[in-house]
Amino acid sequence: MTLLDLPEAHSLHAKQHPAAHEDDAELTEKTVFGFWLYLMSDVVLFATLFAVFAVVGRSYAGGPTGQELFDLPYVLIETAVLLASSVAFGFVTLAAQDNRKQATLLWMALTFAIGAIFIVMEVYEFHHLIGEGAGPDRSAFLSAYFTLVGTHGLHVFTGLFWMIISGIQLARDGLTATVQRRLGLLGLFWHFLDVIWIVVFTEVYLIGVL
Amino acid sequence: MNLLLGKLTLDQIPYQEPIIMGAVGGGALLVLAVAAAITYYGRWTWLWSEYLTSVDHKKIGIMYVLLGLVMLLRGFTDAVMMRIQQSMSLDPNPGYLPPHHYDQVFSAHGVIMIFFVAMPLVVGLMNIAVPLQIGARDVAFPFLNSLSFWLTFSGAMLINASLVFGEFAKTGWAAYPPLSELSFSPDVGVDYYIWGLQISGIGTLLTGVNFLATILRMRAPGMKMMRMPIFVWTAFCTNVLIVAAFPILTVTLALLGLDRYIGTHFFTNDGGGEQMMYVNLFWAWGHPEVYILVLPAFGVFSEVVATFSGKPIFGYKSMVWATVAITFFSFVVWLHHFFTMGAGANVNAFFGIATMIIAVPTGVKMFNWLFTMFRGRVRFSVPMLWSIGFIITFTIGGMTGVLLAMPGADFVLHNSLFLIAHFHNTIIGGVVFGMFAGINYWFPKATGIRLSEPLGRASFWCWLIGFYVAFMPLYVLGFMGMTRRLNHYPNPEWQPWLILAAVGVAIIAVGILCTVLQIVYSIWKHEELRDTTGDPWDGRTLEWATSSPPPIYNFAETPQVTEIDAWANMKANGGGMFVRSTPYEGIHMPKNTPAGLLMGLFSIGLGFGLVWHIWWLVGVSAIAMIAALLVRLFDDDIAYIIPADEVKDTEMRRLAGAGQS
Repeated sequence: MTLLDLPEAHSLHAKQHPAAHEDDAELTEKTVFGFWLYLMSDVVLFATLFAVFAVVGRSYAGGPTGQELFDLPYVLIETAVLLASSVAFGFVTLAAQDNRKQATLLWMALTFAIGAIFIVMEVYEFHHLIGEGAGPDRSAFLSAYFTLVGTHGLHVFTGLFWMIISGIQLARDGLTATVQRRLGLLGLFWHFLDVIWIVVFTEVYLIGVL
Repeated sequence: MNLLLGKLTLDQIPYQEPIIMGAVGGGALLVLAVAAAITYYGRWTWLWSEYLTSVDHKKIGIMYVLLGLVMLLRGFTDAVMMRIQQSMSLDPNPGYLPPHHYDQVFSAHGVIMIFFVAMPLVVGLMNIAVPLQIGARDVAFPFLNSLSFWLTFSGAMLINASLVFGEFAKTGWAAYPPLSELSFSPDVGVDYYIWGLQISGIGTLLTGVNFLATILRMRAPGMKMMRMPIFVWTAFCTNVLIVAAFPILTVTLALLGLDRYIGTHFFTNDGGGEQMMYVNLFWAWGHPEVYILVLPAFGVFSEVVATFSGKPIFGYKSMVWATVAITFFSFVVWLHHFFTMGAGANVNAFFGIATMIIAVPTGVKMFNWLFTMFRGRVRFSVPMLWSIGFIITFTIGGMTGVLLAMPGADFVLHNSLFLIAHFHNTIIGGVVFGMFAGINYWFPKATGIRLSEPLGRASFWCWLIGFYVAFMPLYVLGFMGMTRRLNHYPNPEWQPWLILAAVGVAIIAVGILCTVLQIVYSIWKHEELRDTTGDPWDGRTLEWATSSPPPIYNFAETPQVTEIDAWANMKANGGGMFVRSTPYEGIHMPKNTPAGLLMGLFSIGLGFGLVWHIWWLVGVSAIAMIAALLVRLFDDDIAYIIPADEVKDTEMRRLAGAGQS
């Protein structure tokens, strides 16, 4: 995490109290650490949902199975889209580090667009399944499927909302220490959701069609 | 269904129930009286700026403790109602509580006592003591701390709202499906349960993150992990458990909620649902929760026993490792809550043995406390009385726990009053006694006022005697075959024991009255009972190195720690913190903010709307919460500097008060 040390950002706050220098660095370090702890609690949250899926993932109750429902090529494209948005966010981080405000905003817009495509694809997939009579109320398997994938989607949606807020703040304030810190946290969050998705892809879709 | 009010109609308000209306009326009068008193004394501004919007960990801690004590009165009222009911309801006498009301009472009793009494008291004491004990100026994220408190408060208020609007769950505090599913509990009771716990649970999770970051990142220079006070160690382990276990509760309640709101099939009888999955998930959170509550109590006893014996804690390292071992084992014993599920002999044996193993580190702690007292100059102040009461009571509770840990015995005793006696034996004897020890111990630190000793002693003896009179009969009744949660019963041999238990509850009631009187009396006589020294007990850890109550910044100069028991060490080396070599500097502190309070209050609207399906209220409240958060995030003006002169003045006053200038 190179966002931990922010020499450029500090100079922007020189007008404040001299203690503000140390405070920003200390605050960033503390906040990043705290956010990691939050992410660990989110890992437990997803782990619980994965466990639930493992328990009832084959309880079809006479309804459709994963093999019948899942369109692997479609999900593969979804996966590629989500990973691409993560790559784009990598460029947000690089641009922010170089203190290039316009480039940061542009990369954020691109990340947002790709992330939005992922959400649209997922909503379409859900809509399609429900239209086929395979909604979350059909069987325990589908309950667990919609809840697990939907919780991940809700996280991605939150990330998109966060991106808008950070974008506005960035446009308003420039790359201040606060904005840098929040972009750093958003980056952690965004990449974290990729890791979760890889497990979703494996446990739900790949193993699901076996 | 009404668009404006959802499922809520006038019929849902229980006018016809005199007991409920009496309780509601009494509560409303109390709130009005408090509000009138605040208005009369012109303290609204003070309340707003000193408490409601405060991000100071000490103030937030006081509010947590207050919330816990107020909710204790409500949870205890439920207990009294149950004991009176059972003391009279030998067939054919139906007692005075009809089953549908009685079921709500025992469910509310469990939920309130665990989530809104024990948790707030534990988190409150951590708030008051942990930052001071590690020599920090606040917690890592002060605003988050305020938000945590207000979410906990909102959860409690939502549970209270179920008294007036509709009803509470009739499912027991664990809300097992399929009973808690829509098909068997179509009313809003379970929904109050779900949303009340979700909202307060998120607050608790944020507390866990906050305190872990605080303890790992903000210790005074020189305070290595193995120099932290034992209370900080137990708080650390408790917060590890919170971060690792509370997400499981969040998911479990969310899945139950999905079953009830959108018709999923996680725990239903049909559609491939799996009820035992709920029970597993609930206790995968629930057993760590037991240790989330009791570890900080162990921490309090460690501080109290060392202080009042005038010695360092015996076996510091073994105490730390025992705490860590309990933290680990708390995650591998959950199945002992349902040995009768039918998991098979090998699975039961594993969890039975793991459960018994927990008795080993707990026993280590017991001996450490005993050896700390051994050849110490023990002062029998109120916190010490609670600690000794604990050591005896908890040992009995622990032994009955080991008994229940044997699957064979559990098949006979599960769901009986023996179990009820066991866990009250550990929770009252452990957590409640620990919290009262902690309140008596840290009250002078938090408020600057010592609590009255005679009333404290009276409270202790009533609780101790009342506990034994109330709960020992339940062990007997368990052996006699009486199961839990009975509204009425056919066996006349049970009644004398149940009447005896009711007498015990009456004695505890006197104890609670003494506690209330103790606090009121001490505040009334605050001039006589003022603590000017900052160190009324001859303490050993850093919270006693500053004034009582501490200035907002806690320490003008960050303490340097070289050993365990940093403050005792400084005193032994002549003066310690009182010797000042460098000039005073300005101190950077976070500003108050109403954002946490507002988000908490809006979350009541959110929860209430979700309970009653009032969807516009859900939308408005959610947007208001997000708006309050965004206003906070876009505010750059969140900190201020206390000037060096002001710090110097405050410190001079403190030293003059302590007679050390």
